Amino acid sequence: MMPIETARAVMIRIFILFLLSGTLYAQVTSERLLHPEREPQNWLSYSGSYSSQRYSTLDQITRDNAKNLELKWVFQSRSLEKFEATPLVVDGVMYLTQPPNDVVALDAKTGRAFWIYEYKPAADARLCCGQVNRGLGILGDTLFMGTIDAHLLAIDAKTGKPIWNVEVGSAKAGYAITHAPLVVKNTVIVGVAGGEYGIRGFVAAYDAATGKEKWKFYTIPGPGETGHDTWEGDSWQHGGAPVWITGSYDPDLNLTYWGVGNPGPDWNGDDREGDNLYSDSVIALDADTGKLKWHFQFTPHDEYDFDAVQIPVLVDTEWEGVPRKLMMWANRNGFFYVLDRVNGKFLWGSPFVKVTWATGLDKNGRPIPAPNTKPTREGVKVYPGNQGATNWFSPSYSPRTKLFYIPTWADYFSVYTKTSTPFQEGRFYLGGLPRSAIPMMVRGAVKTWTEEDGYGSFIAIDPRTGEKKWEFKMNDVTDSGLLTTASDVLFGGGREGHFYALDARDGKVLWKASLGGMVDSGAITFKAGETQYVSVAAGQSLFTFALRN
Amino acid sequence: MLSILIAFMVLAPPQDGSQLYRDNCARCHGQDGNGIPGVDFRTGQFRRPSTDDDLMRIIAGGIPGTAMSPSSLPDAARRSLVDFLRSMPNSAGASAGGGDAARGRTVFEGQGGCTSCHRANGKGSRTGPDLGDAGSNRRAADIERSILNPNAAILPQNRTVRATAADGSTITGRRLNEDTDTIQLIDDRERLVSLSKATLREFTVLKTSPMPSFQGKLTPQELADVIAYLLSLKGPTP
Repeated sequence: MMPIETARAVMIRIFILFLLSGTLYAQVTSERLLHPEREPQNWLSYSGSYSSQRYSTLDQITRDNAKNLELKWVFQSRSLEKFEATPLVVDGVMYLTQPPNDVVALDAKTGRAFWIYEYKPAADARLCCGQVNRGLGILGDTLFMGTIDAHLLAIDAKTGKPIWNVEVGSAKAGYAITHAPLVVKNTVIVGVAGGEYGIRGFVAAYDAATGKEKWKFYTIPGPGETGHDTWEGDSWQHGGAPVWITGSYDPDLNLTYWGVGNPGPDWNGDDREGDNLYSDSVIALDADTGKLKWHFQFTPHDEYDFDAVQIPVLVDTEWEGVPRKLMMWANRNGFFYVLDRVNGKFLWGSPFVKVTWATGLDKNGRPIPAPNTKPTREGVKVYPGNQGATNWFSPSYSPRTKLFYIPTWADYFSVYTKTSTPFQEGRFYLGGLPRSAIPMMVRGAVKTWTEEDGYGSFIAIDPRTGEKKWEFKMNDVTDSGLLTTASDVLFGGGREGHFYALDARDGKVLWKASLGGMVDSGAITFKAGETQYVSVAAGQSLFTFALRN
Repeated sequence: MLSILIAFMVLAPPQDGSQLYRDNCARCHGQDGNGIPGVDFRTGQFRRPSTDDDLMRIIAGGIPGTAMSPSSLPDAARRSLVDFLRSMPNSAGASAGGGDAARGRTVFEGQGGCTSCHRANGKGSRTGPDLGDAGSNRRAADIERSILNPNAAILPQNRTVRATAADGSTITGRRLNEDTDTIQLIDDRERLVSLSKATLREFTVLKTSPMPSFQGKLTPQELADVIAYLLSLKGPTP
């Protein structure tokens, strides 16, 4: 008979092995996705959590030691497209997309590849602004990726082999998927891009095991549906309203939240009189049925291309002395909003950059249009410019500092010109063209504009008052997402190719790396072994840093 | 979404014809060129074209009314592809034809015991190579060789790794990748593992395959059936 002490030791060892197998190598269950705070060493979804705060409780890298960050490894993509992907990290393995739609599994400590899956999109895929992909979703041992030819794929996370492949929309008609899927319970949810091609936008949900469609919500109501009368004539059939950034999810309310893009044609609303619901809105959809619970439209009848394609940031905090479920939203149209995410009620809003197209917001949050700011055939100068006060770049909210951090294009304008564009399937459907001194998509080798044309910055605002606590100014604009940590470090970059660690309390620079290419994604942080890492894509590569040993 | 078309002119690197064939043709025509009934590139005979230029034109323009769609491949790539097509009669596998895929699946998932290491159609272990798209990237002759003589067929990245950590624990798995300092593998519990060689007490890469030979263990018909089954696996299509 085994001595009691030995038996106890064996039991303890078995228990430890069980814990190891359970925590280090278990499948990514929907329960794990609900509680990423229990495993801050991982980064399990595009925004790090369903609340999309891009906030990590890791604190090995501090305001004091951030100056000791050094490069640990680089993954060089075999693509010349913009690198907009946010990686996932699951138990020491990083899953990353290489534009447009390859998937790689890397050792998170060394960057060495386990496998690569190379997807060849259809040649007739149509993208307005680069063949990009922003990342993956995961459930169990399966990764999910939307493709630029509007397919949704399930891929075995262990082998890199495709499991199923469904067509979500018609690529040649301009439908595409560029964002990371949102995984809720056993469902994979995606929206479609194509707002410049006259698509009819939608969000659709698929069974994670089979790829079978579960529900579909059109972001433009059809005949007989509420809101259909906000579109003139047959303009609803090709009015855009795409969804090309990942949504958020409130498990208590069972609601998913999605930012909806611009109505089409972008800069000429003459043939689509009305508010054009649900373009430029946030929509709250039941996760199980896709039914619309509420909506809030930021920019009715938009003629500036002010997509509301931003990350819905969910914050539970006191509001005027009462605990409340909030949604915070820094919009491309230049206003910052606080909404009640239970019912979509507008609580507060204010501009965070120079805004001239509206004089303010009314008590319901509806913008008050400024006179003589609609696009004309001759052109009209309006702030913010076409790329917006911010865009799809992830903001961050720190529950420690209680500040909301926004990557901005500040004091930036366009001259908006309107033309006539007939609709033709699969062709650009723009209705005009905005002109700006600042390049819209890509910085060239040298700067070709002046300080009067605008600049980039990270700003920290108090969401209760709109007070700008600090601003970190950059000479060039920024397309970078932001990340905050429990040690009050903020990470972000810009088009100049610099990647910064800032003090989240006051915006002071703690550390900087020059990566030689535009930072077009949001950084993540994770732990492998005992080390905290920070990864960010810049140019055509993904860079991973940690403290010097 | 955003506003302006950015046209990127990317010069494609030169590609060999076999790669172009795998990427553009094999899904329908099969790795052996006989995936479509009545069309068999290995015969060197083509129903419509006779010259290289005829083939070039068909690759570019497709065949209206059929699944053969037009291609935007540049001239040089189409020329390489035609060169490869002309070389195919010499590369046919010995076991092509005669098998029944449905029966082969029964053998694969049953008496053959293949799923104890291999995965296909969502079934089986991942410790051996996933064969879910074997028909898109392997020829009949390759599959036959893998089944009958695994040691001769094992790919370098699939070799078995045995490592002993500093604490004496052992790790066994299939090699996925390797560099000077590290090695990446999928272990016998289907975990993706990266090992730092400097931390290992011992480290061996086996040159033999862990797969037994099925020579004499399958009847010729069963072998043909399994090959037919694996050739039918093209990966998921929408």
